[in-house]
Amino acid sequence: MSSVAPDPPAAHAPAKSWTVKVREAGVAALPPEKLLPDGQPTYVASWIYMFGVASIASLITIIGSGFILALKGPAWWHYTGIGHFFNSIHLWSVELFFFVMVVHLWGKYWMAAWRGGRTRVWITGAIVFLVAVPTALTGYVSQQNFDAQWISTQAKDAMNSVGAGAFFNLTNFGQMYSWHILLLPVAVVLLVSVHVLLVRKHGVVPPFELEQRKAALAATPAGNGASGGADGAGKS
Amino acid sequence: MGHLGTDVLGAVFNLNHPAHTVDWSFIHLSVANVVVIGLMFIVFFLAILLPFPGASRRRGGAS
Repeated sequence: MSSVAPDPPAAHAPAKSWTVKVREAGVAALPPEKLLPDGQPTYVASWIYMFGVASIASLITIIGSGFILALKGPAWWHYTGIGHFFNSIHLWSVELFFFVMVVHLWGKYWMAAWRGGRTRVWITGAIVFLVAVPTALTGYVSQQNFDAQWISTQAKDAMNSVGAGAFFNLTNFGQMYSWHILLLPVAVVLLVSVHVLLVRKHGVVPPFELEQRKAALAATPAGNGASGGADGAGKS
Repeated sequence: MGHLGTDVLGAVFNLNHPAHTVDWSFIHLSVANVVVIGLMFIVFFLAILLPFPGASRRRGGAS
């Protein structure tokens, strides 16, 4: 008598490893054409859409100049010409970062950029802004000069008044420097990365007018949605 | 920056005084911050109003 026929291969398929599961989930959420698109919808051709990428450009400049300042140390940034230069680059890129980030926030607020399933995009952006504030504050108190002493002794009262002074001591240079060059920048970069990936996933929010036009086209039997240039920009 | 540069800038921006502030009820802002906020408003409205290069061509003439 012949032996028992083997089970179909599918029945013995090995369980998926966590790497396969993560890969499949990642590709499903963000297929390559969404992660790195060929182009953007036509409505993105407006200056108001430029402030997000301007924020990222400023952030890259902040991190680059911050790396150099961290390598060289306070004596270098206070007492040498090139140190002053990089210190100024770091300061003014922070000023620019907040400037363009606020304009970006205003633009997205008035577009109601949380529409179309983009709630997490809006929330991560708001959290980036909130985390960027203490990142800048810890930088001001890490300068190692009288300005830093003044700011830290003024700001410590605010921390003490909300009960945070016990574990977040603005007059403790070592602690503030660690927060400034490691903990908070890592948080900002991670949050910005998630924010950008969510924008890739959901697409740039379309203007109100375009959404209404798309809805009207979809409502008519002959509507094919060919106009408006909103390809890939709607809710996904 | 050399001494000449700092001297020239110092002549233009005299910082050897307490900060000028704008006070209105509980609002207390330095003039420098008011200027930055004003610039942000100006840039915001310009970004909405100014045409983006090539935008009409990308839209095929129908904006």
